[in-house]
Amino acid sequence: MLEVRALTKSFGALRATDGVDLDVREGETLAIIGPNGAGKTTLIGQLAGMLLPDGGSIRFAGEDITRLPAPRRARMGLARSFQITSVYKEFTALQNVALAVQAQSGHSFRFWRPAFADASLISPAEKILGEVGLEKRMHVLAASLAHGEQRQLEVAMALATKPRLLLLDEPMAGMGAEESQRMIGFLATLKRRQTMILVEHDMDAVFRLADRISVLVYGRVVATDVPEKIKQNEEVRRAYLGEES
Amino acid sequence: MSRKLLLWGVAVLALLALPPILLALQQPFYVDLVRRIMILAIAAVSLNLILGYGGMVSFGHAAYIGVGAYAVGILGFYGVFNGWLHLLVAVVASALVALAIGAVSIRTSGIYFIMITLAFTQMLYYLGISVAEFGGDDGMRLKRRSQLGIVDLNDPVQFYYLALVLMLFSVFLVSKIVNSRFGMALRACNSNEARSRAIGFSPYPYRLAAFVIAGAMCGLAGALYGNHTNYITPGLMTWEQSGDLMFMVILGGMATTAGPVIGTFAFLFGEELIKALLGLKAQGWIEHWQVIMGPLLVLSVLFFRRGLAGIFGKPDA
Repeated sequence: MLEVRALTKSFGALRATDGVDLDVREGETLAIIGPNGAGKTTLIGQLAGMLLPDGGSIRFAGEDITRLPAPRRARMGLARSFQITSVYKEFTALQNVALAVQAQSGHSFRFWRPAFADASLISPAEKILGEVGLEKRMHVLAASLAHGEQRQLEVAMALATKPRLLLLDEPMAGMGAEESQRMIGFLATLKRRQTMILVEHDMDAVFRLADRISVLVYGRVVATDVPEKIKQNEEVRRAYLGEES
Repeated sequence: MSRKLLLWGVAVLALLALPPILLALQQPFYVDLVRRIMILAIAAVSLNLILGYGGMVSFGHAAYIGVGAYAVGILGFYGVFNGWLHLLVAVVASALVALAIGAVSIRTSGIYFIMITLAFTQMLYYLGISVAEFGGDDGMRLKRRSQLGIVDLNDPVQFYYLALVLMLFSVFLVSKIVNSRFGMALRACNSNEARSRAIGFSPYPYRLAAFVIAGAMCGLAGALYGNHTNYITPGLMTWEQSGDLMFMVILGGMATTAGPVIGTFAFLFGEELIKALLGLKAQGWIEHWQVIMGPLLVLSVLFFRRGLAGIFGKPDA
């Protein structure tokens, strides 16, 4: 479904992405792990189209999307969540998700009928908010939601675009233990019907959710394998899991 | 919601009742003043669509007042007095000018956007000055006001009611637009551009469309304004005029339904009030009214963060 080949991106002398190859298969959850500064968010940015790579190619669903702008990719079914919460603060949770539904349902050059009375936007939005557990907070302004709730909203908005591939950039960032467990539980049910790339620091989450894991160190993929193999991989242990060899 | 509708009802009734009362008091000047305010309120309402809801700080909105007014003046110059044609040409010409200006300037943002919109308007201003046929710097008097048939613009009271109807229509139109799918997309791109792009909105076409709609509406205000003053000069397109429009919107409350109307009334009534008070002291002081107005505006922005409309209720979500 997604094929990344020889992707490179430099910021000055820093090679943030250094010849990355990745494949995501239909239906799987691929986790990307790596120490701070390994270039995980930069990689997600390039996949989503927020950053343009210096070289290499990205193919999605059979099409070369290397140079496509972000909105086009989103409409093709490539959705992302942000590591740093990025929602519409002055809109309610429901409006936030309804906007994501709207963005995927054709053009928005419709000037007359109020969007908030449009059942084709509101009903799916309500359903998704229910799935992530925000049904009781639908009419609260996003700015007034607690941090954990904003993270849930973040994921809900990405889901509302009905993505074929969901890019989750540290969905558990800044969450308390209990909230994290709930989010992991939700993602565990989601993964059965959703292809995902999951960037996450929480190893518990990664080993519970991932079908395969890619380890990114200094912009390079040093290993890609099933979780059990990654745990045993010497190079990964040295580079990342922090074990003295 | 119902409380706001009630306030609108009261305001509309007051505006409807104003001309007979003022004429009975033999104060025709104030009929003219309120008419002028309502015409400029249309311009402010249109600016609010892009400034308040769209987040586009256009520092050149007076351009469309000029284009609308010159549409009336130039058609009249060539002997065309059909008012409906005047309004149509004013709206279409303003839309086209907005399309050209917007197509270039919306590719920029922040300070560059402000400067480019200003620069385009200055170009039109100097164009107005340089075309001697239409009066150049001095401008030109309308040979005749627009002939609309059912409404006689030479009758101050009829013109007043036309301005009132069109002002209310523009408020209604913008309030419909900003709550439609289009409006939500526009506001979303203003609220958080990265997020909007990530869920699939390309901001540019929505911003450009809003820019054109606002330009067209302001062109209508310009056509009315030309008829109001009965005299058209490049002075309609000065950057001071653009700045005043921006201030009316900010003073009244950006991204609110009533804000630009309240702001226009407050701004222009404030001006008249200060002039009247200064006039009591000495005629020579009147021209320095801005010395008083400036600090008042600064204070109002400091104390009414959400604009004067914030007094009447929360902004619409």
